[in-house]
Amino acid sequence: MSTPDTWFDATVIGIRNLTPTVKEFRLQYPLALRLAPGAHIDVQVAIDGQTAMRSYSVVRSDANGQIVIAVKQVQGSRGGSRYMASLTLGSTLKASAPVSNFEPVYGPHHYLLLAAGIGVTPMLSVARALVAQGASLQMLYAVRSKDEQAYLPDLQDLLGERLRVFSADRNERLDVAAEINALAESAQLYLCGPIKLLDAAREHWQAAGRHAAQLRYETFGSSGRYLPQDFTVRVPRLGREILVDAGQSMLDALSEAGIAMVSNCRRGECGLCAVDVLETDGVLDHRDVFFSSREHAGGNRICTCVSRVAGTSITIEPPWRGDPDLSHTTVL
Amino acid sequence: MTPRPTFPLNAWYVAAWDAEVGRSLLSRSICNEQMVLYRKQDGRAVALADACWHRLVPLSLGTLVGDDVRCGYHGMRFNADGRCTHMPSQETINPSACVKSFPVVERHRFVWVWPGDPALADPATVPDLHWMDDADWAGDGSMVEVKADYRLVLDNLMDLTHETFVHSSSIGNEALAEAPFEAMHGETTASVRRWVLNEEAPAFWGAQLGKPGPVDRWQIIHFKAPATILLDVGVAPAGSGAPQGDRSQGISMWVIHIPTPATDKTCYYFWCHLRNYRVREQRLTREVLQAARGILLEDETIIEAQQRAMDRNPGRDFYNLNIDAGSLWARRLIDELIDKELAEKPAVHSIPIIPAAKALRA
Repeated sequence: MSTPDTWFDATVIGIRNLTPTVKEFRLQYPLALRLAPGAHIDVQVAIDGQTAMRSYSVVRSDANGQIVIAVKQVQGSRGGSRYMASLTLGSTLKASAPVSNFEPVYGPHHYLLLAAGIGVTPMLSVARALVAQGASLQMLYAVRSKDEQAYLPDLQDLLGERLRVFSADRNERLDVAAEINALAESAQLYLCGPIKLLDAAREHWQAAGRHAAQLRYETFGSSGRYLPQDFTVRVPRLGREILVDAGQSMLDALSEAGIAMVSNCRRGECGLCAVDVLETDGVLDHRDVFFSSREHAGGNRICTCVSRVAGTSITIEPPWRGDPDLSHTTVL
Repeated sequence: MTPRPTFPLNAWYVAAWDAEVGRSLLSRSICNEQMVLYRKQDGRAVALADACWHRLVPLSLGTLVGDDVRCGYHGMRFNADGRCTHMPSQETINPSACVKSFPVVERHRFVWVWPGDPALADPATVPDLHWMDDADWAGDGSMVEVKADYRLVLDNLMDLTHETFVHSSSIGNEALAEAPFEAMHGETTASVRRWVLNEEAPAFWGAQLGKPGPVDRWQIIHFKAPATILLDVGVAPAGSGAPQGDRSQGISMWVIHIPTPATDKTCYYFWCHLRNYRVREQRLTREVLQAARGILLEDETIIEAQQRAMDRNPGRDFYNLNIDAGSLWARRLIDELIDKELAEKPAVHSIPIIPAAKALRA
């Protein structure tokens, strides 16, 4: 993902509460846009007077230029969902054309769609496209509780018996490993949900010797294992200590403090913003998909755009090393 | 405003002859989509977007590794679905990394691709060219790259009056240009039928028939939108019953012409001549192929000159004559397909845009 070329003024023309924590927004674009299954839009959100970008999957679109997205109010959010919650009917926001990195590749193989929580949003259009193709598919939908099952009626209408719902409050456990083991070798898994689920599925998929390209997943880097909290980044090489507050990314805090950083995707995919970890008094809350589980376990590096520390401080080595003295090549 | 497209994207187009696609990387532009074509180890043909996800270098400059294409720049690998299977210097693969994979069908000795919405690609809609696979019909063809809008090639074929003037030494004669014709159309097809009765055969046909005397000659042109033309052509001794349906004394050819748009002003012109006489004579196959090459070169020369003249005369429309009826029906059928796509996919470029970087800083 890179920054979109074009921003449209989209007007909020409908808001509805899907669950106690999920709000649906109907956006009117100035013109109709073509979109592929699995598409998302980027929107500009204002957080503490700063403009940031967030990605939301398109749940539905109409030929008249209306696009529907759903946003979960996340406790300890970095501010994107708080901004979205502040929108009212008639509000306008800068939104990109829809882009899909999650469009299904059509084929005769079986598809398993696995969504958890707000991860259901990209699955709706993917499921509709696969049903229209007459594909063999099944969908598993894990929810926290009966109150938190957004779009369940839509999915039931679309999929009938092919949908299975697992509700944590009813002690219905989704056994990702068993579901993967039950798949034919040619099957494809499409996955969207919290990082814990992504990690578990990725790890088991690999352990089971399955083809990496047959596992498709999407993450906007928004969930971790721990609630976001304030922590301090120590940069001894530069003699700096920088506070990262709970609503801010480490990357932004470092950049704003004048520590030069490079980054691109801002959702834990590309690895450009990763830094070396020297020490921490807490636990690294890896929220990226760039590092492997082995690398996460090693704890030597962290993706600063999405990952955090569950603790009070982390000590890092910044990309800055000063200009080398090439007469003493051992410096490098 | 975006200029109006000249071709629909939701259609099957011939990207290559079957024998052109193998265990190497073939680059083709189909409807302005740069594609790389190759075969998997099981023989199945694949078409991917010919630009690496990473830094856009053409994948066709890379190499095949098993069923994957490896970019020749940094070694990113993509499978036949366009999914990335290897990234250098990291243990994981970016989940967004992919190149577009185009639906492919191999049928009637051609590799067909679908440049539009893959969800709409139905192999049942590949034009029927079953003579290409039929042992009762012998022949071969080739492909020529023409520097002209593919519709100029279609125009050329939908009115064979031009044979009299462009191909006077082989298949054209005066009688042809003066014979009456009928133009017809259906939902997705347009046809032009012309019979020349009891006239001398032109040189090529006289030699093929090998019988003296005047002939009844038919030319039945079938267009299937957006870019397939089948010519049902032949001669029979005059009065032997061909116009009434008995072609047994004569000889027939199915001549297949498919100009696939490469860009707005260039095309790959695929063609093949199939005959139902002396089908076991491979020498004749070669002779017809060579004769056809000469005839096609005459067409190419005229059509490319026409395109250059059009470029020198922007805004000048054609004057259409009675003889252009077939071409006008063909163009209308193409326009209907384009209109349908435009209705579903409105232009996104017609409103003011703000560069993202500027907007973000604002």
